[in-house]
Amino acid sequence: MTDIISVQGLEKTYENGFSALKNIDLTIKQGEIFALLGPNGAGKTTLISTICGLVNPTKGTVKAGDFDIISQYKAARGLIGLVPQELTTDAFETVWATVSFSRGLFGKKPNKALIEQILKDLSLWDKRNNQLRQLSGGMKRRVMIAKALSHEPQILFLDEPTAGVDVELRRDMWALVRKLRDNGVTIILTTHYIEEAEEMADRIGVINGGEIILVDDKDALMKRLGRKTLTISLYKAIEDLPISLADYPLQLSDDGLTVSYEFDAQQEHNGISHIIANLQAEGIEFTDIQTQESSLEDIFVNLVHQKDDAA
Amino acid sequence: MNVHSIAAIYQFEMFRMWRTKLQSILTPVISTSLYFVVFGSAIGSRMEDVGGVSYGAFIVPGLIMLTLLTQSISNASFGIYFPKFSGTIYEVLSAPISYVEIVIGYVGAAATKSIILGLIILATSTLFVDFQIQHPFWMLGFLVLTAVTFSFLGFVIGIWADGFEKLQIVPLMVVTPLVFLGGTFYSISMLPSFWQGVTLANPVVYLVSGFRWSFYGSSDVNIWISLGMTLGFLALFIGMTAWIFKTGYKLKP
Repeated sequence: MTDIISVQGLEKTYENGFSALKNIDLTIKQGEIFALLGPNGAGKTTLISTICGLVNPTKGTVKAGDFDIISQYKAARGLIGLVPQELTTDAFETVWATVSFSRGLFGKKPNKALIEQILKDLSLWDKRNNQLRQLSGGMKRRVMIAKALSHEPQILFLDEPTAGVDVELRRDMWALVRKLRDNGVTIILTTHYIEEAEEMADRIGVINGGEIILVDDKDALMKRLGRKTLTISLYKAIEDLPISLADYPLQLSDDGLTVSYEFDAQQEHNGISHIIANLQAEGIEFTDIQTQESSLEDIFVNLVHQKDDAA
Repeated sequence: MNVHSIAAIYQFEMFRMWRTKLQSILTPVISTSLYFVVFGSAIGSRMEDVGGVSYGAFIVPGLIMLTLLTQSISNASFGIYFPKFSGTIYEVLSAPISYVEIVIGYVGAAATKSIILGLIILATSTLFVDFQIQHPFWMLGFLVLTAVTFSFLGFVIGIWADGFEKLQIVPLMVVTPLVFLGGTFYSISMLPSFWQGVTLANPVVYLVSGFRWSFYGSSDVNIWISLGMTLGFLALFIGMTAWIFKTGYKLKP
C-alpha cells in the first residue's frame, strides 16, 4: 500500500512554550484504518488539527497524497474530511442545508443525489428538514460525519467519533467506517475506547506527551506485546505452592483456591505442561484451567506507564 | 478562484439574513424611519435650510450612512464571530479555500446586506421627504465603497472579539458617536472654527460629506478628499485583514 499521509519531523510549540508535538514521524497507508491512541493531552487532536490545517506547525512537513499541507494546501485539504471531537453545529440550520454547505465549501458542485445517499446511509434522511438544535447528540454526531463525507474525501479523520454515543450507534458507526474503508477511504481515528481500536484498526499508533511511542499492525502488536494468563482453579485450598514450582512466577490467591501464571504469548516453551504435571505429581487436584489473552487496553496502559516511568 | 466555496459562504450568510429578516431588515428600517419622523418631519419643519437643502432632505445621506456603517460592521463582525463562538469555524479553516476567498464570501455577504438595507432606507426616505440625487452613480459608488470598507472593519472586529461584549463595544462606543458627530444631522460649517478642525479628525465626516455631495452637489469636504479618505480606510482595513490571516491571529494557534 502506498502512503497517503506522510508526517516528518513535525513539531508544535505554542506561544506559552508548551510543546504539544515533538518530532513526529508518521505515515498512514492508503485504504487502512489507523487508530491513534493516547491519554488525554497526549497530542492526538493537535496532530490531527495540524494535518487538517487548523493549527500552524512550528517545524516539519506534512503531506496528504503528494501535496504539502502548507504550500499546496488546497489540493491537500481537498482530500481530507474531518469530524472533530466537539459537536460544533449551526443550531438553526437544517441537516440538508448544513451538509450541502460543507460540500460547497470544499469547492464541489452541488450534488443532491450524493447528499441524499449520504443522509440515507447515516439514517438522517428523515431528519433532513430538521434544524440541528432539534437533534439528539448521536444524530448531531452523524451530521458531523455527513458533513465530512459530503465532498467525497479520500482521507477521513474521526476525532473521538463515538464519544458519548450509545452502544447501538457505536456499532452502527463501526459498520459505517468499515464500509467507507471498503470504498477506498483511508480512516484515521482517535478514540478513548480501546475496544474500538481493537475492533476496527488495521494499524495502531500510540502517542504520549507529544511523541509517537509506537506504531504497529494491530495483530502484530497484540502478538508482540500481548501476554497470556493461565488460571488454575483448585479442588481444595492449599497454603503454599509446591517447591518444585519455585522457578515459575506463580501467584496463589489469598483463599488458596486459585493459581495464576502470566507468560509471554510468543514464548515457545512457556512451562504450562510442566506446571500442570507438577501439580498432579504433588497430588493437587484442580477443577478448571483457563487462559486469558491481554487486551489492547492492557498493552496500551503498559506502554503509557512505561513511558511515564521513564520520564 | 474557488467559486463554489465563495458561493457557499456567501449564500450561507445571505440565508442567515433572510432567516432573521425581522432583526436584519425591518429593525433598522423602522429605527431609521423614526429618525425621519422626528428629525425630518417634526423638528426639521422648524429648521432652516442647510446650503439650500431642506433639513429633512439634508439628513437623508447621513442617516443612510449611519445605517450603512453600523450594519456593515454588525453584519460582518457577527458573520465571522459566530462560527468562532460556536466552533464551526473549523470547517472553514480546514477547507481548500484561500483567505482571499474566505474574505470575499463573508465581507461580500455583509456588504450586500448593508447595500440592500441602504437602498431600502433610501426608498423609505422618499415617503417622508422630497429630494433628488444629482450624481446617482457617485451615490451608488459611495454606497458600495462604504459598505465594503466597513464590512472589512467588521470582519476584523469579529476576529478580534473574544466575547459578545467586545463585539458590541466598537459599533456602540466608537462608530455610533463618530457618526453622530460626523455631520449626519448638521453641516460642520455650523460649528465654531475650533470644533470644525477637531471634527476633521473624525473619519466619518469624509464619508458623510462625500455621500451628501452625490445627493446635492455640495459638501463640507472636497469630494476627491472624501473619496481618497474612503479608499484609505479600505486599504487600512484590508491591510489589517491580510495581517490577521498571515499571522493566524485569533484564528489559528
